[in-house]
Amino acid sequence: MLSAVAACASGIGRAIAADAPVDAIPTMFEPVSTPAESIRSLSFLVMGISGGIFVVVTAVLFYCVWRFRARPGDDREPPQVYGSNQIEWSWTIVPILIVLVLFLATARTINELQASEVPPEALRVTIVGHQWWWEIRYPDLGVVTANELHLPASRPGERRPTYLHLESADVIHSFWIPQLSGKTDVVPNRRNLMWVEPHTTGTFLGQCAEYCGTQHAKMLLRAIVHEPGEFDAWVAAQKQPATVVDAVADGRAIFQSTACINCHTVEGTNANGRFGPDLTHLMSRTTIGSGAASNTPENLRAWIASPDHFKPGALMPAMQLADNDLDKLTAWLLTLQ
Amino acid sequence: MTVLEEGIARPHAAAERASAWSVAHDWVTTVDHKKLGVMYVASALMFFLIAGFEATLIRIQLAVPNNDFLPPDTFNRLFTMHGTTMVFLVGMPMFFGFANYLTPLMIGARDLAFPRMNAFGFWLFLFGGILLYFSFLGGDGLYGAGTAPDVGWFAYAPLTGKAFSRGNSTDYWILGILVSGLGSTGTALNLATTIFTMRCPGMTWSKLPLFVWLMLVDCLLTLVILTPLTAAQVMLLLDRYLGAHFFDTQAGGSAVLWQHFFWFFGHPEVYVLIMPAFAIMNEIVPVFSRNPLFGYPFMVGATVLIGFISLSVWAHHMFVVGLSPAANTFFALSTMAIAVPTGIKIFNWLGTMWGGKIRFTVPMLWCTGFLFSFVIAGLTGVMLAVVPWDWQLSDSYFVVAHFHFVLIGGLLFTLFAAIYYWFPKVTGKMMDERLGKLHFWVFAAGFYLTFVPMHFPGLLGMPRRIYTYEAGRGWDELNLISSLGVAVQLVGLSFFLWNLVRSLLRGEPAGDDPWDAWTLEWSTTSPPPEYNFEQIPVVHSRRPLWDLKHPEDPDWRYE
Repeated sequence: MLSAVAACASGIGRAIAADAPVDAIPTMFEPVSTPAESIRSLSFLVMGISGGIFVVVTAVLFYCVWRFRARPGDDREPPQVYGSNQIEWSWTIVPILIVLVLFLATARTINELQASEVPPEALRVTIVGHQWWWEIRYPDLGVVTANELHLPASRPGERRPTYLHLESADVIHSFWIPQLSGKTDVVPNRRNLMWVEPHTTGTFLGQCAEYCGTQHAKMLLRAIVHEPGEFDAWVAAQKQPATVVDAVADGRAIFQSTACINCHTVEGTNANGRFGPDLTHLMSRTTIGSGAASNTPENLRAWIASPDHFKPGALMPAMQLADNDLDKLTAWLLTLQ
Repeated sequence: MTVLEEGIARPHAAAERASAWSVAHDWVTTVDHKKLGVMYVASALMFFLIAGFEATLIRIQLAVPNNDFLPPDTFNRLFTMHGTTMVFLVGMPMFFGFANYLTPLMIGARDLAFPRMNAFGFWLFLFGGILLYFSFLGGDGLYGAGTAPDVGWFAYAPLTGKAFSRGNSTDYWILGILVSGLGSTGTALNLATTIFTMRCPGMTWSKLPLFVWLMLVDCLLTLVILTPLTAAQVMLLLDRYLGAHFFDTQAGGSAVLWQHFFWFFGHPEVYVLIMPAFAIMNEIVPVFSRNPLFGYPFMVGATVLIGFISLSVWAHHMFVVGLSPAANTFFALSTMAIAVPTGIKIFNWLGTMWGGKIRFTVPMLWCTGFLFSFVIAGLTGVMLAVVPWDWQLSDSYFVVAHFHFVLIGGLLFTLFAAIYYWFPKVTGKMMDERLGKLHFWVFAAGFYLTFVPMHFPGLLGMPRRIYTYEAGRGWDELNLISSLGVAVQLVGLSFFLWNLVRSLLRGEPAGDDPWDAWTLEWSTTSPPPEYNFEQIPVVHSRRPLWDLKHPEDPDWRYE
């Protein structure tokens, strides 16, 4: 019964967001990846059992309320009943049996889903949580990006699961894209492992799920699942150094001579900071500020002028550039395809 | 029997009008468990209104997407203070308030074992709370960084470290809770000692009112869990000021260690908070069902079992931190196991109602509301114990909805029941039934309107503790309904406050025993004299007043 309620909730959400892209709702009831699918199946079992219990217990409650209500004028005490051992044992043993069923289903799924070793065919990704953005590194591919996780779809003939090593640069965060899998905390001084195996291409949303300070709310995530060939093409493009366009050389010079380089990396320049996101292929991303704004020229310019405008408390300072320099810098950034 | 009758002989009323100064002096210097109980409950109500105000601001901010009613830091302070206040400054003092007032009266004693320590405990709690709230003024310290704490009521490391929490706001959180925690430890010890040593003649363990049983288990649980929290807080202070590295991950400390310490306190704490609700149910449901409590020995057993099992479930708050599969499996089992004794309690309350003649007075309405809410809370709790599903639900709005069902639909509903039920004993005046019923229906409607829809954004991917969210994720309407529900709750609450004031000023006289009840507190006057009973009563059963009222069919024949 409750599973129907949950499906309904999903439906309500979908109806509300009819005009947004299909995957705007990060609902666990529409999984696209193996762990999330197993979790949904388990949740239906649990909802079924709890729904049954709910109906029985509340039915008894309402029956008591209606049947045993005091009638006006009847002041005699009812026959006093002190208890019954048979009844007590029966409503002890039945719940124990139900708990046993739930526990066995749970234990089985824990062992099925909790990752211990990385299989050789898997793609490995290192996710580093920062206040308040995600660093995403593909150590075997030599690719570094931020906030938007690109993955290959896994096909029945050619499985390509992705294993995520989770690390934190500062405080605890939590990596959560509900349609791919449950969340796993990103704990400093610790390396957690989780895995996903998406079967459907598309963009799927998520965000940090552990309170991590001022801008916990704007530490958004998106996963872009590609056809396997498309993914390889994306990797090839990301491995290129930053494009060099002479027309925007002024902007590049401004970038290289200001504090930008302390925190950001752009391959092919002197900028190799790691405090902020790698900008080598900035324009291949759809958002800036970890999802705080869409990545348009106007937003990019406004972001550099004042990150607080989109994300109050963001650790990137306002760069205090003259309008002219801001234009040139933005023009250069826009070439970082 | 004669001894008991003499015990309830009326003490003489000394009603001379005292000056305001002497009244104030009387309350500040009192060591009387009843006055301290009333002060606990009154302070808790005051903090409840503050925390409710904070929650209202939070819900206004979340009513619509991309709202900028509150800046992020202010929002983070508000949810930190709301959570901390509700747990430490509302839930705990409500527990100690009712335990203080009622325990000696129910066991036929004249006061607690250590009356001065009792007063000391209360003032530690109150000033601990004031210290926490002083952070709004003093938290800037010398650093100009931060006012009230903004690290969440769970204060996860390393967000609480010097590197991430500058200024003194986190220190206020540590010290305020530490001070009030010391008070709680003392009071718990005091109450447990009282129950062990000061029961009146005839009151064996099997004749102890279940309210008192619950309070005993609750006090022992408090003693076991508060000390690790205090220790962890001292360790955190050492980290912050003396360069220790317990939780300092930059220097090899462990963030997970703090979580173990915190939840070893934090989860049993939920049971510490809910046991007074069970205690209140155990008194009110039988009286208004006109039946003795069904299955007394099983209720005692279930209570003790909950006390023990609750000490081994804490890591179900940590299913997502990356514990081993074995640890996750163990804590899933222990967490599900606790549903069994909790279920036994619910079934026994239904068994008590079964075959009774239920009078739906205001206290009984709240208790019935509790049963309905608590079934839902229990079932969503089992869902959270299913580890893989918890990986989706943990830290989402589903959890927020779940524990508000426990603490509002569960605890707060019964606290309202208790206030309506014992108000006549404490003041000698009845509360207004009509206003009370309005309060119940409006507040309960507001509660369900707020917290039923709150489950669903969690299932749709909305995390907790975010100050704003994007439009179009399927969360918008659900959040708006939740926020509107708060307005309804506030209307309900205003009926309660009006009722409280009105009944204090001109409530109907209550008499000694307005509900035709059965435990010893109803055998003395309303309000009871300072010494409670002229003579210490002697009891022969769990319902001494039933025996008195029905000499032809006393309980002790059947127990």
